[in-house]
Amino acid sequence: MLIDVFQALAAGLLVGGTYGLMCVGLSIIFGVMRVVNFAHGDFMMLGMYAAYYLVTGFGVLAFLGPYAGPIVGAALAGPVVFAVGWLLHRFLIARVTGARVVTAEAEGHYAQIILTLGIALVLANGGLILFGSQPVSVQTPLSRQSWEVGEILFNQARTVAFVLAPLCTLLLYVFLARTTLGKALRAAADNPISAAYVGIDVDRCHRFAFGLGVGITGVAGGLIASTQSFQPYIGFDFVIVMYAGVVLGGLGSILGAFWGGLIIGVVQQMSTLVLPYQLQNTAIFVVFLLVVFFRPSGMFGRAAERA
Amino acid sequence: MGSRSATAQYLGIALFSGAYLLLGFLVTNSYYQLIMTLVLLWATMGLAWNMLSGYSGLISFGHAVFFGLGGYTMTIVFVKFGLTPWLGIPLGVIIGVFAGIVIGFATFRLRGHYFALAMLAYPLAMLYVFEWLGYQEVTLPMMREQPAMYAQFSDQRVYMVLALALTVGSMLVSLAVERSRFGMSLLAIKQNEAAAEAAGIDALSWKMRAMVLSAAMAAAAGGLYAIVLLIVTPQSMFGMLVSAQALVVALFGGVGTLWGPVIGSVILVPLAETLHAELGNIVPGIQGVVYGLAIIIIILLAPEGIYWRIRDRLVARRAGEWAQPVERAPTGEAPSTSARPRPPRGVIAQPLLALNGVSRAFGGLKATDDVTLGVVEGAIHGIIGPNGAGKTTLFNVVNGFLKPHAGAISFAGSSLVGLKPHAVCRLGIGRTFQVVRAFPRMTVLENVIVGAYAAAATDPQAERNAYAALERVGLADAQAHALAGALTTQQLRLMELARALAARPRLLLLDETLAGLGHDELADMLAIIRRINQEGVTIVIIEHTMHAMMKLAESFSVLDHGRLIAEGPPAEVVKNPAVIEAYLGKRWMDRAQDPLA
Repeated sequence: MLIDVFQALAAGLLVGGTYGLMCVGLSIIFGVMRVVNFAHGDFMMLGMYAAYYLVTGFGVLAFLGPYAGPIVGAALAGPVVFAVGWLLHRFLIARVTGARVVTAEAEGHYAQIILTLGIALVLANGGLILFGSQPVSVQTPLSRQSWEVGEILFNQARTVAFVLAPLCTLLLYVFLARTTLGKALRAAADNPISAAYVGIDVDRCHRFAFGLGVGITGVAGGLIASTQSFQPYIGFDFVIVMYAGVVLGGLGSILGAFWGGLIIGVVQQMSTLVLPYQLQNTAIFVVFLLVVFFRPSGMFGRAAERA
Repeated sequence: MGSRSATAQYLGIALFSGAYLLLGFLVTNSYYQLIMTLVLLWATMGLAWNMLSGYSGLISFGHAVFFGLGGYTMTIVFVKFGLTPWLGIPLGVIIGVFAGIVIGFATFRLRGHYFALAMLAYPLAMLYVFEWLGYQEVTLPMMREQPAMYAQFSDQRVYMVLALALTVGSMLVSLAVERSRFGMSLLAIKQNEAAAEAAGIDALSWKMRAMVLSAAMAAAAGGLYAIVLLIVTPQSMFGMLVSAQALVVALFGGVGTLWGPVIGSVILVPLAETLHAELGNIVPGIQGVVYGLAIIIIILLAPEGIYWRIRDRLVARRAGEWAQPVERAPTGEAPSTSARPRPPRGVIAQPLLALNGVSRAFGGLKATDDVTLGVVEGAIHGIIGPNGAGKTTLFNVVNGFLKPHAGAISFAGSSLVGLKPHAVCRLGIGRTFQVVRAFPRMTVLENVIVGAYAAAATDPQAERNAYAALERVGLADAQAHALAGALTTQQLRLMELARALAARPRLLLLDETLAGLGHDELADMLAIIRRINQEGVTIVIIEHTMHAMMKLAESFSVLDHGRLIAEGPPAEVVKNPAVIEAYLGKRWMDRAQDPLA
């Protein structure tokens, strides 16, 4: 019995690491830029398929072998999704976000949530057209093997993802905290008007930050691609997971989002101890609702920022 | 409220149904008949979405939860207990409404995107629950012996007539809502919830009623959808596409109007269905792509939907006809202007409003700190103090926007602590705001009517009271039918004053009503406030410029850093050293007392 608890905890931490990374991506967009992106899960889905086609479909990365290939594939999913996000922001999302709509707070949000819902529908159903409805996954020897510590099993692909996810988060954190570009991005996202006054090209920064946010989540998708099977509609499940993590971690806090995602992963896996397997996502929805009801400012959020 | 009269609307609905029936009976291809039925079902879903999200502005991404509960309830009781859909659908509606009430209580606390996200979660959660329960694919049993008994008609047109009845019913309900204080209250909530609450609108109660109606329509549509298609799956009932379709048809056709969802459905559903039928095998997600693109295009090009685009064009063309004054409200009963007789002067009365040790902090900042004061009935009482002294916070605590952390507040003998703003308003306390909170897309008269509901039993009575209030502030004729968004600062302040007056308050809380007015405007405003006071309304007014207040108020309370530092008649208060220090700083005090300086 106790071993089951530890096993669930271990599994939760392993998936939670990747959830944390995808939450970090959303956190840049939702937490810092305050753009409500309902299509975020579908960008993750694009990351999954990018990794899938790079590794399996076209075999571009076959020369790297079965171990390094999926990892490089996941990393390369980032730039692919970045490009898609950059373009969508440039031509669609920028029209309902940024400095121009800051004045009309409520109306801006209204347009954003509906526009990004439209993008989500096009991506998910466009994905159905392009990729088909058959569930696929990136097969690597790691997916099927586990390390044993005591009696607890650690799936190797998930463990690799678990190690890489915080690494990516740290890299991103250092980039945002230390580099000039990172600081400019944060400034432009946090307060576009003031940023424009000090000479930052806000529009460019917003495009870049949006691309970065979805790109990071794309990498997380690429990592997940080798641990579970997926189909084009998977984004809608993960969008709740991600918002739950970001809100739990606290709006505006990048590292908080990582911890939030980690906790959501643990909750999801621990729920299987008491709930049927099919209801693990329902458990996440319940956690999400509890968080937005009782602690909308999250663990690390500023209490003043109420919804 | 639409500009067209009710008769025109009924006529429009009758014409639409007649034409639709005619077309339906001319079409012989049963596939097209099915599409015509689906158009009506999605129009009903759009009306359901519009009832909640279109009128009140709370965007729901989860109307599939009601649709699915309606459809699954009907199916399960049919399959398990052989209950006819004629009873199963009403049962589904009851369950849908129940879910709506539960969801409403839980979710109305959330705002904006949090509301939308939470609504997205409900149907997704239900989807997994129904998969887990083993209802992946449930087909309705065929009842060939008694088709009418079990609503299994071989003629597709019967379903179309049923769906038409549902759509028309939903349209009539929407029309009734639009034309009553129900719809006006929802519109006011959509445009400025805080102002609506302060004007006596019980926002939660109206939103809940909208949710109930909305859930009922969606559940009925779900039940009918299931008997038309004879099969339910978690994806087809609770899937994202269901919620999206409800939203898309309403958004595409026009938000906040009963014709919008119908127009949207008539255009989009045949398009998506035809594409799906023609290309569904090759490109399976084509429907979703069509709806997604429709959303993107509409939000970028005409975010209000087609209906409003066309209407704005027509209205612009007819602009000339609008020049003549619009008919006045019938003046059957003369509205009483003065609320209550003024108590005789000189009698020492109990204070009408009494604050006792009221405190409210934000984190470490004590915005209101142990304030005790009383306002006698009939007085004009000034609350003054420098910026950040806690004046507006004091009003917010009195009118229920904020709960005091300590202390007691009583009005005419009853406690106000813990009451919501609309309840405080209904007790007889009106207020205005430092930054005017108008409902910008309503006319001036409509703004004031929203305020009048609190003290009017019927809607015509509310309109008369609103007119009377506009007359009291001098806005009755020229500006009554102008949009509030087009007014000047002074007119906005007057309109807000009229909105507060329309609820027949005994006490008015005026928050910097004099700020930003020019010299003549100031004189007008002072005269109006004095007149209102003479008609029997007690007034508490916030101001941080001393000058105008000296002429207006009979007594002052001076706040600084949340604390009450002085009170009394104006002439005494301005000589109080603590007051001078608060306004001018300590150095000034020293110089004032040093004769050589």
